[in-house]
Amino acid sequence: MDNEKLKNIVTSVIPECEFSPDESQFLNVIVKPEDFRKLAEFLRYDPETQMDYLFCMTAIDWNTHFFTIYHLTSSVTNFTVVIKVKITDRETPNIDTVCDIWKTAEFHEREVYDLFGIKFNNHPDLRRILLEDDWVGYPLRKDYKDEVNIVEL
Amino acid sequence: MTEQELITNIETVPETQEYFINMGPQHPSTHGVLRLLLTLDGEIIKKVEPHLGYIHRSIEKMCEKDSYQQIVHLTDRMDYLSCHINNEAVCLCVENGLQLEIPERVKVIRTIISELTRLSSHQLWWGVMGMDLGAITTFLYGFRDRELITDIFEETCGARLTMNYNVPGGVMFDIHPNFQKRTKDFITYFRKKLPEYDELLTGNVIFTERTKDIGYLSKEDAISYGVTGPSGRASGFACDVRKRFPYSAYDRVEFKEIIYTEGDCFARYKARIDEMWESMKIIEQLIDNIPEGEHKAKTKAVIKLPEGEYYQRVETARGELGVYIVSDNKKSPYRVKFRSPGFSNLSALDTMARGNKIADLVATMSTLDLVIPDIDR
Repeated sequence: MDNEKLKNIVTSVIPECEFSPDESQFLNVIVKPEDFRKLAEFLRYDPETQMDYLFCMTAIDWNTHFFTIYHLTSSVTNFTVVIKVKITDRETPNIDTVCDIWKTAEFHEREVYDLFGIKFNNHPDLRRILLEDDWVGYPLRKDYKDEVNIVEL
Repeated sequence: MTEQELITNIETVPETQEYFINMGPQHPSTHGVLRLLLTLDGEIIKKVEPHLGYIHRSIEKMCEKDSYQQIVHLTDRMDYLSCHINNEAVCLCVENGLQLEIPERVKVIRTIISELTRLSSHQLWWGVMGMDLGAITTFLYGFRDRELITDIFEETCGARLTMNYNVPGGVMFDIHPNFQKRTKDFITYFRKKLPEYDELLTGNVIFTERTKDIGYLSKEDAISYGVTGPSGRASGFACDVRKRFPYSAYDRVEFKEIIYTEGDCFARYKARIDEMWESMKIIEQLIDNIPEGEHKAKTKAVIKLPEGEYYQRVETARGELGVYIVSDNKKSPYRVKFRSPGFSNLSALDTMARGNKIADLVATMSTLDLVIPDIDR
């Protein structure tokens, strides 16, 4: 399977998705939070794609919006796709969980919640994972200020 | 009291109650500061809840302020037992972004040292695994043989553990004139010693009783949890990055991807022992064929990656390490994510340990080969 074919498959499920070519070595798909869950389920269970291995999950803060980024690959077809979910709501960012589809997401989503403050709906146990429970703020956000621990040069 | 009344009384004896035990943060077999909150019913484990972050240093945040050369130095504080391979991951990612042509000599040197690192990591794992299960001798054997590798490292670059031998573009210094001879001597020595490892543990009845059919992980769960490295391959998940996405000099060497399908502690143990043989095979193929040339490609003093995203994966001793760099064409990256193997491997511990006895949890954790800084970052 090549990128073109995968593009067609993704477009058939979510017609209004965007592709950002030449950004990395993988095929990048940008979707809205409400479409994401549908696309994730499709890619995981469709016999043609079978994306069963979520090998990296993270988020990024672009000041105006967040991306949660899912690197997916298939242990059967060896094909890789990157799904980026654009979250424009900075005050209460939230997105559906995928930890029932890929179990590794349970820990990774907790990490993203911990460091970015993005809430995952229906996550079974959404708590901070690396920092203490009473930590104030979300350190990997670009507007995070900590005058005690971060020394600006 | 009549007989009938007695039976009724016995039936109403209160049931055993579930209770909680904290394992760690100072428990010796967690190999670092990791706390496991265990829910127990008698001796049987009902649930394992890992509490991490005791040594979280926010390496990803630090990277956003550092230059690319400085990031390399942070990575060997993550998984300190495969420090060279972590460094290599960042260097490869940066070189890939700069589209830098790397001398052949560098590729071969990096591969040899990576495999030596893997060997030394597995030796240490073998030693502490034996000790977790009550055999002190293995610890001494493992460290005795590991010492020879750290000596080679010390002669090569001056450091024994966190080596920082890699820099973007190549390696920091050329190899020492003794390097080839000492490595070959080591391989000859270790080929004789590795069968002793088997004699001590592999065929040992006490050891096999404690590891066979313990901590089972199915292939589906291994993929779903993202358990990689020898732990994943022991469950039948073909995830060796060296085979699937060859980097450095792995495309020109012959080695077998070790796959077991049992998925229990013993399979994970065997996978690592077999991997040591394969590592020695790789080193033997390369050690006499180090090409002549420069040990470093020329790079600018200030490295700026072009705008875009770069992902590089390598196979550390624990599994697949992914380095994800997002650059906005400045001297430090916009965002760095380290997909560390330990983090994903640990998330499967709950599934593996459920239904086993509490003493088996020690064996399960040992065969996962957790390094805590790798999990906490």
